[in-house]
Amino acid sequence: MRSSLSDRTGAALLMAPLLLFLVLAYAWPFLGVVKWSFTLPTPGLGQYDALLTDDLVQSVFVRTLRIAAIVTIVSVAAAYAITLIWVRGTPAQRLIAEFCILVPFWISVLTRAFGWVALLSNRGLINTWLQAIGFISEPLTLVRNEFGVIVGMTHFLIPFAVFPLASAMRSLDDRVLLAARGLGSSRMRTFWSVFVPMTRSGIIGSALIVFVFSLGFFVTPAILGGGRSVMVAELIYLRIFQSPDWGLGAAISVVLVLFVGALMALLFRYIRPKQLV
Amino acid sequence: MQQPGRAAEIKANGIGKSFGSFRALDNLTLDIGRGEFLTLLGPSGSGKTTFLMILAGFVQPTEGRLFSDGTDITDRPAEQRAAGMVFQGYALFPHMSVEQNIAFPLKVRKKSAAEIKKRVGEMIERVGLVGHEKKLPAQLSGGQQQRVALARALVFEPGVLLLDEPFSALDKSLRGQMQAEMKRLHQETGTTFVFVTHDQSEALALSSRVAIFNHGKLLQVGAPDEVYDRPANRFVAEFLGEINMLPLKGVRRADNGATGLCEDRAVSLRGNPGSVGGNAILAIRPEYMSIAGEASAGENGVAATATNSTYLGAATRLDLTTRQGAKVTVSVPNEVAAAALSKGNSVWLTWPAEKGFLLPDGGQ
Repeated sequence: MRSSLSDRTGAALLMAPLLLFLVLAYAWPFLGVVKWSFTLPTPGLGQYDALLTDDLVQSVFVRTLRIAAIVTIVSVAAAYAITLIWVRGTPAQRLIAEFCILVPFWISVLTRAFGWVALLSNRGLINTWLQAIGFISEPLTLVRNEFGVIVGMTHFLIPFAVFPLASAMRSLDDRVLLAARGLGSSRMRTFWSVFVPMTRSGIIGSALIVFVFSLGFFVTPAILGGGRSVMVAELIYLRIFQSPDWGLGAAISVVLVLFVGALMALLFRYIRPKQLV
Repeated sequence: MQQPGRAAEIKANGIGKSFGSFRALDNLTLDIGRGEFLTLLGPSGSGKTTFLMILAGFVQPTEGRLFSDGTDITDRPAEQRAAGMVFQGYALFPHMSVEQNIAFPLKVRKKSAAEIKKRVGEMIERVGLVGHEKKLPAQLSGGQQQRVALARALVFEPGVLLLDEPFSALDKSLRGQMQAEMKRLHQETGTTFVFVTHDQSEALALSSRVAIFNHGKLLQVGAPDEVYDRPANRFVAEFLGEINMLPLKGVRRADNGATGLCEDRAVSLRGNPGSVGGNAILAIRPEYMSIAGEASAGENGVAATATNSTYLGAATRLDLTTRQGAKVTVSVPNEVAAAALSKGNSVWLTWPAEKGFLLPDGGQ
């Protein structure tokens, strides 16, 4: 565990190229975006004023937060169950869980979004099957709405939610669980009053990661929302590329980045970065 | 183990446990008396912890039955046996305060809030944790965590308390303090204690009986002085403390004991010599041996040469070699050691007849 000066210098040198790249490719251009938000179309705080009064912008923010919250709850809950099997299941169960967690990483977000369209659309697999077995007579509207967006985003984000949970579950001392049972606690009670509270840092880390990712989603809501469930990232795109309203687009970007930055600061107060992988 | 406030009586009948091809415990039959303080002693891998886990219900035996107060509890899950248990490393709930940890077994038993408050308060006082009620385990010292673990395991008045090497993480002075504390708790609660350790002095100091394990087998069980002074075999003799062994020839039964030839000198033993005849090993604890210039007629003795001495402060440890090459170690007063060393090759080691015992010649 030595951390001499030369070790630190070495580490700094190794990280330098990445840091330089991040500064040139992200931080520097972002400063330009900040500048636009105060200068376009006229200098002043006009765009931030518009953010507070524009009904459309506000409804998009509210929708984004709502979708992000729902996706977070569903993803973390589903990831918790999968992680439980991955970390504490039989060897065969672990293998299956690991496969389910890793395979999604090999398929692009675009492919997955179109996959969900194929499954969920009016003439998609799910509606066709449900009609074939006579369960429904009219197709259900499962896509091009908020429901479709939530399904697609949850599917994408579950694997990311797994890692902080797995880290928390792996570091848990089994003897504490034995102790609970030895003291007369049923398996169910041990799970809820000992196991779950002891994985709290994992739950918080997992939820914050999913929530932060959700706020910036673009492709999935654009495809599965069909223009009817616009989220913040898509709104920024529309403001900058479709209506020439660069100042407002820039102001929304700045607010989003500040909000995400605050959440990340909160995240690292609760968990160390190494617990996320 | 189900009646609160009443010490349990446990019978293990032919208990065996295999993990794959590894035989962790073999045909163990043992009665644990009501209110007894029984120590399971043995090196690691001897089966003592496996037996404790079987008593707790965390490990299912491959064969044999387990009875508590006459009821067969072999198939009863751990949470229904509810033996109090103190783990190595304490296994406290890290997210609960001292108070909440101790209240846990009462909460799962759905006791009323008033009763929980009263009993947790009493227990905190009994183990000396007043003022620490709201702290988390991470804010406590090792000794304090130990007390929480004991309080949590005793608060619901279990019929038996199981302790798995509870003091292994404590430093020496704290360990002595906690041992005294545990002895006191045993007397106050009257509960049956089953204690696992690999430390022989701890076992001898605390227990009403000691059960010695090796390679999955129970070798001997008895009161501390019984197993120390009359070990059943060589392993027990050596595990419980230092022992000197001298080859003995022509062993035969005599008046209230046995006689034999130790390096051509007749020596005698008291007590039951067991199966006597032919060759055997005479075993004597070092502290029962003394050094003399000459052994008087009829006294047990063997001539030896001092080869090495180690100053221990209160005494000196002397290593000696007999004429026929047996190695002997004794602990003697410093001036006796100095005299023995200056005399060169002519000292006698003597011992009282009742302190020697026989072990089978060779092996266990």
